[in-house]
Amino acid sequence: MSPAASIKTAEVRQSETSGELRYVPVGHTFASVTEKIAELVLGRATRQAWFVVLAAGTVLLLMFSAVIVYLLAKGTGIWGINVPVGWCFAITSFVWWIGIGHAGTLISAILVLLHQKWRTSINRIAEAMTIFAVMCAGTFPLLHLGRPWFFFWLLPYPNTMKLWPQFRSALVWDVFAVSTYFSVSLMFWYMGMIPDFATLRDRAVQRRWQVVYGMLAMGWRNSARHWHRYQMAYLLLAGLATPLVISVHSVVSSDFAISLEPGWHETVFPPYFVAGALLSGFAMVIALAIPMRHYYGIEDFISVSHLEVMAKILLATSFFTSYGYFSEQFITWISGETYDKYVYLNILIGFRQYAAVTWITLCCVFIAPQLLWIKRFRRNEKVLFVVSVLVLAGMWMERYLLITTSLSRDFLPSSWGIFQPTVWDILTYVGSLGLFIVTFLLFCRFLPMISMCEMRGLLPGARGHEEGR
Amino acid sequence: MSRKDLATDLAELEQALQGTSGRQYWRSLDELAGTAAFQKLMRREFPQQADVWPDSLSRRHFLTLMGASLALAGLSGCSVKPAPMGKIVPYVQPPREIVAGEPLFFATAQPLPGGAVGLLVESHMGRPTKIEGNPDHPASGGATSIYHQASILTLYDPDRSQTVTYQGRTRAWTEALATLRTGLEKERDNGGAAVRILSEPILSPSLARQRERLLKSLPKAKWHVYEPLLQDARLEAMRLAFGQNLDCHYAFNKADVVLSLDADFLGSEPGNLRWIADFMSRRRIRTPASDSTQASMNRLYCIETEVTCTGAKADHRLAVRVQDIEGLARAIASKLGVSTAGSSGSAGPHEKWVAAVAKDLEAHRGRVLVLAGNRQPVAVHLLAHAINQHLGNVGQTVFYSRPVTEGPSPRIESLRELADDMRQDRVRLLIVLDANPVYSAPADIKFMDALERVPLRVHLGLYQDETARRCHWHLNEAHFLETWGDARAFDGTATLMQPLIEPLYRGRSAIELVAFLATLQETPGEELVRSRWRDHWNQQTRGPKTDDAFDAFWKTSLHDGVVAGTGFPIRNVALENDWQRHLEPQASASGASSRPGDESFELAFAPDPTVFDGSFANNGWLQECPKPSTTLTWDNAALMSPDTARQLGVELGEYAHGGEHGGFKMPVVELKVEDRSVLAPAWIVPGHADHSITVHFGYGRESAGRVGGQRDQKVGFNAYAMRTSSQPWFVPNVRVTKTDRTHLLACTQQHNLMENRDLVRSASLEKFRQKPDFASEPEKQKEIDETRRAPAPLEFYPPLEPPASTPKWGMVIDLTTCVGCKACVVACQAENNIPVVGKQQVAAGREMHWIRVDRYVGGTAEAPAEFHFQPVPCMHCERAPCEYVCPVEATVHSAEGLNDMVYNRCVGTRFCSNNCSYKVRRFNFFHYADFETGSLRLQYNPDVTVRSRGVMEKCSYCVQRIRHAQIDADREERPIADGEVVTACQAACPAGAIAFGDLSNSASEAAKWRSSPLNYALLEELGTRPRTTYLAAVRNPNPELEGG
Repeated sequence: MSPAASIKTAEVRQSETSGELRYVPVGHTFASVTEKIAELVLGRATRQAWFVVLAAGTVLLLMFSAVIVYLLAKGTGIWGINVPVGWCFAITSFVWWIGIGHAGTLISAILVLLHQKWRTSINRIAEAMTIFAVMCAGTFPLLHLGRPWFFFWLLPYPNTMKLWPQFRSALVWDVFAVSTYFSVSLMFWYMGMIPDFATLRDRAVQRRWQVVYGMLAMGWRNSARHWHRYQMAYLLLAGLATPLVISVHSVVSSDFAISLEPGWHETVFPPYFVAGALLSGFAMVIALAIPMRHYYGIEDFISVSHLEVMAKILLATSFFTSYGYFSEQFITWISGETYDKYVYLNILIGFRQYAAVTWITLCCVFIAPQLLWIKRFRRNEKVLFVVSVLVLAGMWMERYLLITTSLSRDFLPSSWGIFQPTVWDILTYVGSLGLFIVTFLLFCRFLPMISMCEMRGLLPGARGHEEGR
Repeated sequence: MSRKDLATDLAELEQALQGTSGRQYWRSLDELAGTAAFQKLMRREFPQQADVWPDSLSRRHFLTLMGASLALAGLSGCSVKPAPMGKIVPYVQPPREIVAGEPLFFATAQPLPGGAVGLLVESHMGRPTKIEGNPDHPASGGATSIYHQASILTLYDPDRSQTVTYQGRTRAWTEALATLRTGLEKERDNGGAAVRILSEPILSPSLARQRERLLKSLPKAKWHVYEPLLQDARLEAMRLAFGQNLDCHYAFNKADVVLSLDADFLGSEPGNLRWIADFMSRRRIRTPASDSTQASMNRLYCIETEVTCTGAKADHRLAVRVQDIEGLARAIASKLGVSTAGSSGSAGPHEKWVAAVAKDLEAHRGRVLVLAGNRQPVAVHLLAHAINQHLGNVGQTVFYSRPVTEGPSPRIESLRELADDMRQDRVRLLIVLDANPVYSAPADIKFMDALERVPLRVHLGLYQDETARRCHWHLNEAHFLETWGDARAFDGTATLMQPLIEPLYRGRSAIELVAFLATLQETPGEELVRSRWRDHWNQQTRGPKTDDAFDAFWKTSLHDGVVAGTGFPIRNVALENDWQRHLEPQASASGASSRPGDESFELAFAPDPTVFDGSFANNGWLQECPKPSTTLTWDNAALMSPDTARQLGVELGEYAHGGEHGGFKMPVVELKVEDRSVLAPAWIVPGHADHSITVHFGYGRESAGRVGGQRDQKVGFNAYAMRTSSQPWFVPNVRVTKTDRTHLLACTQQHNLMENRDLVRSASLEKFRQKPDFASEPEKQKEIDETRRAPAPLEFYPPLEPPASTPKWGMVIDLTTCVGCKACVVACQAENNIPVVGKQQVAAGREMHWIRVDRYVGGTAEAPAEFHFQPVPCMHCERAPCEYVCPVEATVHSAEGLNDMVYNRCVGTRFCSNNCSYKVRRFNFFHYADFETGSLRLQYNPDVTVRSRGVMEKCSYCVQRIRHAQIDADREERPIADGEVVTACQAACPAGAIAFGDLSNSASEAAKWRSSPLNYALLEELGTRPRTTYLAAVRNPNPELEGG
């Protein structure tokens, strides 16, 4: 069968509503896939818009650095935290970024194991997003320390004090969970890129890029043995990463769940956090994919069908998360626990405190995704983008609520207080967006943003042994 | 090292300053004198002492200094013996009593309005660091108030006046004395007719004697006395009732029923420690459950306006306007048959209350006590005396003696006379001793204008205050911890005051100055005090009058902190027959029923519960100490009831940064009386009387210092500006208008209600008798036990079993006796080097107090039924929620059950604070501790780490005191005895509401309290197993008034 014929077949099949070939790039051959994606890195001149966004991101990043310097010089008192609310924006942002970092590994690991072909065109983006989001997340637990220069006391290392970390503390679990997650994700991401690095090496014209990509490709020669080992390793890593998707946010949730605070002391937290993480992760992927596919002209790789399937996941995870809200409230009211009841009632009606945020959150996280029941909206990029951004904002506020409402209304009314952000709280959070934007833009420019080898694998004819059936 | 060398520094300094001109502040001089040498000089804390370090060290000299490291360890370098008026040289042989690291305690006394309180001052290597009460002193009994605790900070206050100044320019003492000498010599010819002295009421016998000497040498000179907390009504009533000036003493320990007519005798007034102790000795319920029917208590009725500690502890409290109290007093008196003059005998809406009180008073004849507050008019005082006499209380619970103060009685007339004389140019030389009338005189006296007419004005004081700034000469006074002196307690008992440290800034005492004025010669204070007491001793002693014998007397008196046998004898007095004549009929016989118009309110004045009359304004500990009933810090406010606030349209404004645990932006109201007006932020106080607005004195200072307010940065508003001498305590009609302005008020607790949580458990005495274990909730416990399947409480981690001999430290706090005075808060601050964070940080919810006093209102905020105080230190939970969440083991459990905080290990995650159910942990969000100000560094307790930024801290049960006792016990190979470890809060508490000790020793006080049926743990259902527990509050309401 000639390539042209196979493309034709693909087109025909795409018009149907089912079948995995819905996600095959239309009108592409092996060569054109490689050509197009590699060209994004090697060939194409950097456009002005990229520079503009990078400049904006750099400004934010520089501001982030300045804020960090000021924070280190003055102390965490520049934020609005106090007693009783000892954690707020920093930990909120930490949980939020970690949550965003969830979609990447989910898409790359779990969906690989589930043979979801549609993941192919977005997995690289999602993985990169994961890496950068976890980087952003990682800065916050460090910065929120009163004495950040002693952060390494949380690590188990032999020392003259003969002290280990205190292993019962969820913060120590965090250190392990997040660092494991980060290293596995990084490995997964990098390993997935090795064949593509080799392609770039081979296609690069300039010497320096040949050297750079050559080093990154680690001597990949496209031999069958390489492919065999690569596939095996990829699968193993996927298997390894899968439990991490669940574990990392479960562990993060135990920062709250192991405590005694009303509203924190909840068994529902681990699954609830994971659900929320997936929700925000997918929202971020959608929010990134929509502008990217237009800017880089890769609508054929990331099709509306891709967006639609992600929209469905968004809707589903929104339900998971909202179930968490419902369950919290329900369990509280059925338990009759005085302190919990007060906290959960105050979440809903304490308008002098945070109730307004609660209702906005519910609108963002639960009501807005309901639009996605309708197919027209699922396939409408504008609607999808707006819903994703709302979900992202909603998930941030949800974490904010979770932390502040409990702390500000716990056991002794004498100590009740509230948290109000200072300008430094906001700048620290916004600054971390700068870190994300800059790293992500650099990724888009210098690394293959879609997996060439896997995209080729989707094309008809790539799996000759299956063709005949 | 010659004396000359030692003195060079100051001489050099003075010389450097001579060249400057214009009004200069001491703090800005270093900017002026820009030479490097001068800069260096300025940076040294105590230049004259620091000079014992010569620039080059010979070997011999070095060895000498090594031996003298003691003196250097205490940077102030003064002698540890409290007789440091001579120059200081290092020890060659250290004194016997000094052991490095072991503090010494010296007895002294702090003169405060109403009488001195005996103190024991802890001294570390010659530097006083902490103040305790003197158990042998009648006014202290071992307890202290916030003022005593905070006075140590005043000693080291860097804003204290450090030199003599003439029109703002630095001068030497010699110059000032020379000017005075010339001035006085000029006046001597006409007998000093143009010389005036203004002082506060004289508590010191030595000062009184110097006064006599001065008046002898200048027979026509006049000595005036002024005290801002005017007690003209009290003094006038004494004169009318008894024909003489007397002081009234109360035996609260003998009174079964107490009626307070606006008298805040449990409040934070300085002289009331003994009253609190005596009163609470009748409210301690220590009976076991089996004997509960035997339990008895006294009963307190209180009629007052704002919510004071007394009102909060009262069994029945009636909140009415200040002016309405007279009507109620008359009604009670008439019910008792004391006097019917000017009373219809009816108390309007409070008829039932008044009748019940009168009946109760009648029923306890001879064991009753009626007190009238300072603010009340003459009639109320007269009635109080009469009721006491009528019920046979005099000689039982009420006693009279000659007044404690000597010299003229502190009446407003004295000040007015002085002002008139000044205005008519009859005064050529005015000497103000430690008083600040420019700030605190009533507005109608216009003291400041009169003062400006005096050609030579001299001020002696601790600060360059408002009066100092308007005097030609300001002489820097020595702090009471720096000088020799003496002072009488409320009952006349005298205490010799000894210096704990050489005057930091070469200040002198009032005694020394007046002696100089009298003799024109300088005499050391020690000699003056000694000779005063030598004469006393010569009269008293029957034995041989040798110097040695006197020395023994002197030493004993110094050591004990009291001069034996100096208490005043009780005078038997009876009311003058015609006393009723002075009860002018009141305009409205039962004022309680009259209601003024809607926009007219009563304005009531009161001393501030923390900064008092303003003399403590520059003390950060007191500024930051939350005021008992409002929890406000760093401000005074127009206090009003919720109802009055509604009428005025006042509501809680926008949250400050920390929300309710931080404060609110409150609307500012304008208070206007005649042509005087003041802008004051409003604050809503549940329980305040309606239609009345209370403002506290002590704020709005123009030159108190960096803490208490300066001209361009005032703290609070000045309530004295609204006061006249004719209406010194309340103005019946003040116009109140809400303005558009707002002002941030920082408070530490605004949420008043307990939200149906059994945090403070309380019951009436009747209920306790029937069900002594009401607090421990046995039913609830039983239910829990029955529903629990597992036989023992579930434990995930195996318990640590310490060896049997290990003490098990625990604390019990008696909520019945706690009066909410905050002495524990400030004592803890002094003991544990707790920083002051400032108003903005308090507003952000970051105050650092290790122990706080929670305050709850029972009933509703609109109509509070009762008030509760609950001191909350760290609970030292056996299953501490903070410990398992710390990632670095910075908070760990000791074998003795202490929840220890390891500052060095803390990285500051704040997880422990978040997970603390009691929110007692405090975090150093910034670098709060002051490492920069040299003089403040001297105050630090060397046994306690000064925490830096990013570290969590909290109550340690004064672990340094435990270790100290343990080391002593170990050395003597014995267990620590009960009562050997006394925590700072416990030591300060005047009510004896805190017990601390080894719970494993069933004979210990704490263990006994803990076995009381009243014992309960806060939030015990969480399973934290606190080591700090509470004894539930028991009240003794009158059954007749219950439910009504």
